[in-house]
Amino acid sequence: MSTAEAHHDDHDHHGPAPGFKRWLYTTNHKDIGTMYLLFSLIMFFVGGAMALVIRAELWTPGLQIVDPMFFNSMTTMHAIVMIFGVVMPAFVGLANWMIPMMLGAPDMALPRLNNWSFWIMPFAFTVMLSTLFMDSGGPAGGWTMYPPLTLQMGDSFAFVVFAIHFLGISSVMGSINIVATIFNMRAPGMTMMKMPLFVWTWLITAYLLIATIPVFAGAVTMLLTDRYFGTSFFSAAGGGDPVMYQHIFWFFGHPEVYILILPAFGIISSIIPTFARKPLFGYDSMVYATASIAFLSFIVWAHHMFTTGMPLAAELFFMFSTMMISVPTGVKVFNWVATMWRGSMTFETPMLFAVGFVVMFTIGGLSGLMLAITPADIQYHDTYFVVAHFHYVLVPGAIFSLMAATYYWMPKWTGNMYDEKLGKIHFWVSTIFVNLLFFPMHFVGLAGMPRRIPDYSLQFADWNAIASIGAFGFGFAQLIFVWVIIKCYRGGEKATDQVWEGADGLEWTVASPAPYHTFETAPEIK
Amino acid sequence: MNDPNNTNANTTGNTNATGTPADAAVSAGADAAGQSFGHNSSSAAAGPAKESAMRKHGLVSAKLLAIAIGMFGFGYLMVPIYDIICEVTGLNGKTGRVAASEYENVALADPDRMITVEFVGIVNAGGSWEFKPEVSRMQVKPGVTYNTSFFAKNLSSQPVVGQASPSVSPATAAKYFNKTECFCFTRQEFDANSGRDMGIVFVIDPELPANVDLVTLSYTFFRSQPPA
Amino acid sequence: MRRSLLRAVMAVVACSLVLPSLALAGYGDTIDMTTGVTEISRSVHSLHRTIFYICCIIGAGVFAVMFYSIFAHRKSRGAKPATFHESTTVEIIWTIVPFAILIGMAWPAAKVLIKMEDFSGSEMTVKITGYQWRWHYDYLDEDIQFYSQLDAAHNAARQRDSGVELEQFEHYLKEVDNALVLPVGKKIRFLHTAADVIHAWWVPALAVKKDAIPGFINENWAKIDEPGIYRGKCAELCGRDHGFMPVVVRALPQDEYDAWVADKKAEATTAKLDAQREWSHKELVATGEGVYQRNCVGCHQAEGQGIPGMFPAIAGSDVANGSLEKHLETVLHGVGDSPMQAYSTRLNDSELAAVITFQRNAFGNTTGDTIQPSDVRSYRNGQMQSLATDTGYFSNFNVTGAN
Repeated sequence: MSTAEAHHDDHDHHGPAPGFKRWLYTTNHKDIGTMYLLFSLIMFFVGGAMALVIRAELWTPGLQIVDPMFFNSMTTMHAIVMIFGVVMPAFVGLANWMIPMMLGAPDMALPRLNNWSFWIMPFAFTVMLSTLFMDSGGPAGGWTMYPPLTLQMGDSFAFVVFAIHFLGISSVMGSINIVATIFNMRAPGMTMMKMPLFVWTWLITAYLLIATIPVFAGAVTMLLTDRYFGTSFFSAAGGGDPVMYQHIFWFFGHPEVYILILPAFGIISSIIPTFARKPLFGYDSMVYATASIAFLSFIVWAHHMFTTGMPLAAELFFMFSTMMISVPTGVKVFNWVATMWRGSMTFETPMLFAVGFVVMFTIGGLSGLMLAITPADIQYHDTYFVVAHFHYVLVPGAIFSLMAATYYWMPKWTGNMYDEKLGKIHFWVSTIFVNLLFFPMHFVGLAGMPRRIPDYSLQFADWNAIASIGAFGFGFAQLIFVWVIIKCYRGGEKATDQVWEGADGLEWTVASPAPYHTFETAPEIK
Repeated sequence: MNDPNNTNANTTGNTNATGTPADAAVSAGADAAGQSFGHNSSSAAAGPAKESAMRKHGLVSAKLLAIAIGMFGFGYLMVPIYDIICEVTGLNGKTGRVAASEYENVALADPDRMITVEFVGIVNAGGSWEFKPEVSRMQVKPGVTYNTSFFAKNLSSQPVVGQASPSVSPATAAKYFNKTECFCFTRQEFDANSGRDMGIVFVIDPELPANVDLVTLSYTFFRSQPPA
Repeated sequence: MRRSLLRAVMAVVACSLVLPSLALAGYGDTIDMTTGVTEISRSVHSLHRTIFYICCIIGAGVFAVMFYSIFAHRKSRGAKPATFHESTTVEIIWTIVPFAILIGMAWPAAKVLIKMEDFSGSEMTVKITGYQWRWHYDYLDEDIQFYSQLDAAHNAARQRDSGVELEQFEHYLKEVDNALVLPVGKKIRFLHTAADVIHAWWVPALAVKKDAIPGFINENWAKIDEPGIYRGKCAELCGRDHGFMPVVVRALPQDEYDAWVADKKAEATTAKLDAQREWSHKELVATGEGVYQRNCVGCHQAEGQGIPGMFPAIAGSDVANGSLEKHLETVLHGVGDSPMQAYSTRLNDSELAAVITFQRNAFGNTTGDTIQPSDVRSYRNGQMQSLATDTGYFSNFNVTGAN
């Protein structure tokens, strides 16, 4: 590995190599960022197609389209693909593209490693998705993979564990690279407290990844040895305990939730000041809030397990620690609103998505606060209310932030302005359908519809039909997104270097499109 | 990757090697590269600057990798930690195991206190057993040792080995429920269609919280792998 | 400007409270949590409403300020950007105030939680065991136990493309063959466990949801105030038919409950007598079909065809057409670690005899065998010699995976 690093700058002073080889061997942070982003866009449609299978089956009561086993494998794979194949790689892609440019660095610290972290992913997902075509079917025990259920799965299980290990290696390598870049490659004068918030949130995210992904890897390895090598970590028959898996899993799983949202906070914190034409309110408190969220995320995991039977003291502790998270999260929302306050706002597409993010993420956050209340959670747990909650945080939350980021930085990437009108249509159509899709889930969840079921009682029929309409509307609206990207890549009004009137930061000082190599001479930060 | 010095040695070796066109290109670009990879470096010379940049990257990477490996280990460490937490808090109804003699000289706060102990036998789906307690309830005095037994019968026509896994509810009572002898400590072998009584000896710690008046002891009987 | 802002905020806050209340009043059973029929469920419900309103107020306040700003501070209205970017006072306030609100929310929640966890003074105990995909209820004080699973008519309707009109069922997928019958006004303790994978027994009206974990017992309780039928579901993903293992609780006044207990005990006596007599072939096949529908159809399917790669077929299989001993062995004791479980304690001798007779004479299997309850009994006692149909050893099911 070290040899590879030593050679990493061989290509620095050439242009891109021609053809496929450019992409296969590239160590250029912009190329790798582009590949990450395109990969996650493709996976977004793969995971989305799975979601549509789920929503099509749930359109009306009764089983019409798929076998319950395949339905379970769809819910499982949809989650794995969306988390590990869409949101995480997309954020890594943005980090690759933007962090060196934001810090005034010529590239990532470990470019060759960077190439490997990317190319592991398509390989791992090929392995993962291939299980759908195996005799035993894909994994169908939920993405949380609770034993003993998950140990009942066929041999596809071993492939999934293998794929997760590779995805984990990819994430950890990517994170090491990002931390090394942030620590060592900042332009002179770029102190830590001058870094853009996107960089800060990514720094903290990278630490979360490094600290938690290996724990997850450990947990799935234990599952694997339980299944194939006769250990009994999680089997009561051999003195183990299935609940212990849940503790280990959620020790990873809860920080993972913040891995999926912290970079989004960074993106929104870049976009809102730009379009409010006013500096971000409370930069310092934003940094501290992000750090406290990350810290708290390690001591709240058991709130996913209130129904497993816990001592009263533990239930009280996890209830209160969970509620505490809403304080720094609230600070962030208040800061964004204060940034808008008395600004001079315009509402280009990135800003629309950012405002949509703030509103709908807050809705998701508030339902999260409701879920923190242990006695109420006993009623909410494992119902569609939970599904509504985390989708509000992840779809109009994380996914909207990614779309906002794409619109925001796309002119810098391609050198062309995207089609503003199409962008706005994309925003409004997405927002309407995403609410049709997820809002009714609160209702059916409260009324008693459990999650992960392929068929349901008639009382839930109306809301489920509406949710399915929302799902298909939202799904097809994303074709507009693809069209905007293609159109913008192919041409359009030339973007200025500054792109946005209120934009501030080093990435806006380079030409549009950003040249293959930027900041080969470090800029001076005042 | 683990060893920053090693990284450094490799870097030095590659930078100093001359004669190939690729290296010449690196040297030619050394000025820019030196600056770019050593923005925070005060060194003016290109070669050492790059070298120190690589050393810095190596150091950070090594530390982070160490964290990652450590956290993988921590995942496994959670297994014994969890057991300890279970023992201390009674989480999941893991029972204690002490000698009855410990309670011989304990003065009881309330000598009339009686606790109902309920026994439950559960058969896991993997096996074909009959498994039930001798009595379903007992009235016991804290600090006094009692005997009871469970009856298990192998209903299948093959010899099998079973393992009973105990659990106590409510969880707050678990650590006060002590078994001095129990069939659950070892695996139990049964011939085809044979059954027997299996005894346990237990004592309830007088410290049992006052609001607990009923304690359930359950055993789940699992089919176990026959010893090799 | 300040004043108009204040008024706007107040208006939005008012709307946010009134609208949900109106909505909740009209469509309670499809959009909101049930109030339930226990003291705990009512506390949980009021807790839920309280937090919901607090969240509405917070949300409305934040959004009102934000939308006012979006309306007033836009460039097209000629707004000039201010330059402030911090205010320690404001930041301290909006850290402390939420903290205070949280404590206000946590306090009543903790009180309810403490009450939920107080198991003392219970008057009866029901042990609930989760199986894939049915529940087993064991009244520890009464020596009554039975399985409870999705009603057969619902089960037929929920098969893929069954063509059955679902509107005919008032409680589609929430009807079982044997409901859990409980008395009102008694503190009932539930012990939860599972025999295979993790399940969760959930009845919203009782605010009881607890994971059933194999190898461990969990406990909670309910004291039902009103007689009635309360429906719930399994809440933890437990495999293929997770969506099809409902819970139905029938709460009766004490005297009716006592009558039910007496009936149930008489029923058990009748069943015991039934197992002693000789059954006709026709009777066995007919009874066996019902047993098959309730217990086997989930995996082996309606036509005994199984699901290739997952569940073996019974139609034309070696087990159902070969040695009777092998067949009894398979049904009574299950197959290793495969999903085929042991039915020796789950079904009584009459039901076992019936279902085996049925399987050997249906789906194109034509052994012509008649298996009597007494045959099952003698098999149980290890006296298979009396059954002369042993035709040697037949290959086992493929058992996938290591132990």
